[in-house]
Amino acid sequence: MTAQPKFLKILNVVTVLFLAAAILMVFLYAPIEAVMGLVQKVFYFHVAAGWTGMLGFFVAFVAGIIYLITHKRIWDIVGLAGVEIGLVFMLICIITGSIWARPIWNTWWTWDPRLTTATIMELVYAAYLMLRQGIEDPDRRARFGAVYAILGFLSVPLTFFSIRIFRTIHPVVIGGSDPNATGSFDMTAKMLQTFMFSLVTFSILFVDVLWHRIRMGKFADQLEQLKMRLLA
Amino acid sequence: MDAPADTLTYMIAGYSVIFGIMAIYLVSLIVRWNNLRKDEELLKDLEKKN
Repeated sequence: MTAQPKFLKILNVVTVLFLAAAILMVFLYAPIEAVMGLVQKVFYFHVAAGWTGMLGFFVAFVAGIIYLITHKRIWDIVGLAGVEIGLVFMLICIITGSIWARPIWNTWWTWDPRLTTATIMELVYAAYLMLRQGIEDPDRRARFGAVYAILGFLSVPLTFFSIRIFRTIHPVVIGGSDPNATGSFDMTAKMLQTFMFSLVTFSILFVDVLWHRIRMGKFADQLEQLKMRLLA
Repeated sequence: MDAPADTLTYMIAGYSVIFGIMAIYLVSLIVRWNNLRKDEELLKDLEKKN
């Protein structure tokens, strides 16, 4: 496998710089929330991780459609990369949400619509990896994976809109919260800037990690083809 | 006006999870890359012998 492209190296540096700046903004720039205290600072990366997770699943959805049209292996690799990264960031989102909920809702977990749909979404995509593990033939695996990624994506808008459709105690960050929501807060200008910067940072981080994961997938695919040639 | 709730430990726990999971994933990528490189060497050796 060839060395990292120059642009990827630049992107690595940019990602680290943005991440460092986002951390500084969260801890030094954004004010401490008047009621919740320091745990509210988890919110910036909690939402950003959720956003990144959904972005990963969206990439897998798009890659699945393109794979079914073109049958090019690269789109299977892109889809797998999207799901894997999406799972990692959605796991961060779910666990940090639980940690935030303990002092605010006085419980680690409740089967609220948002928490339930997010967990179902995580399990749906974990099953995607299991499905792939169970199929030997690469073309069949890619086809099944593409169809699954497209169908599985139904869980993403359901999760995203769950706090707007159902009665929920989960706060809505942008737009009005349900009157039953617990833990809502009005963002000050500094909080909003930090929040938006965190979203941008995690989006850049996503692109960087996705690129690395796709390169690794291509490398693994090359080796699998070489292995097949040697076995033939 | 009341002071904010003391939730420092929860914030530390939250950020430990965020950076912990990210670090584990990063390490997993590095380990898998290294394993693929070893596989590549092995397969190239086999290819030469054949």
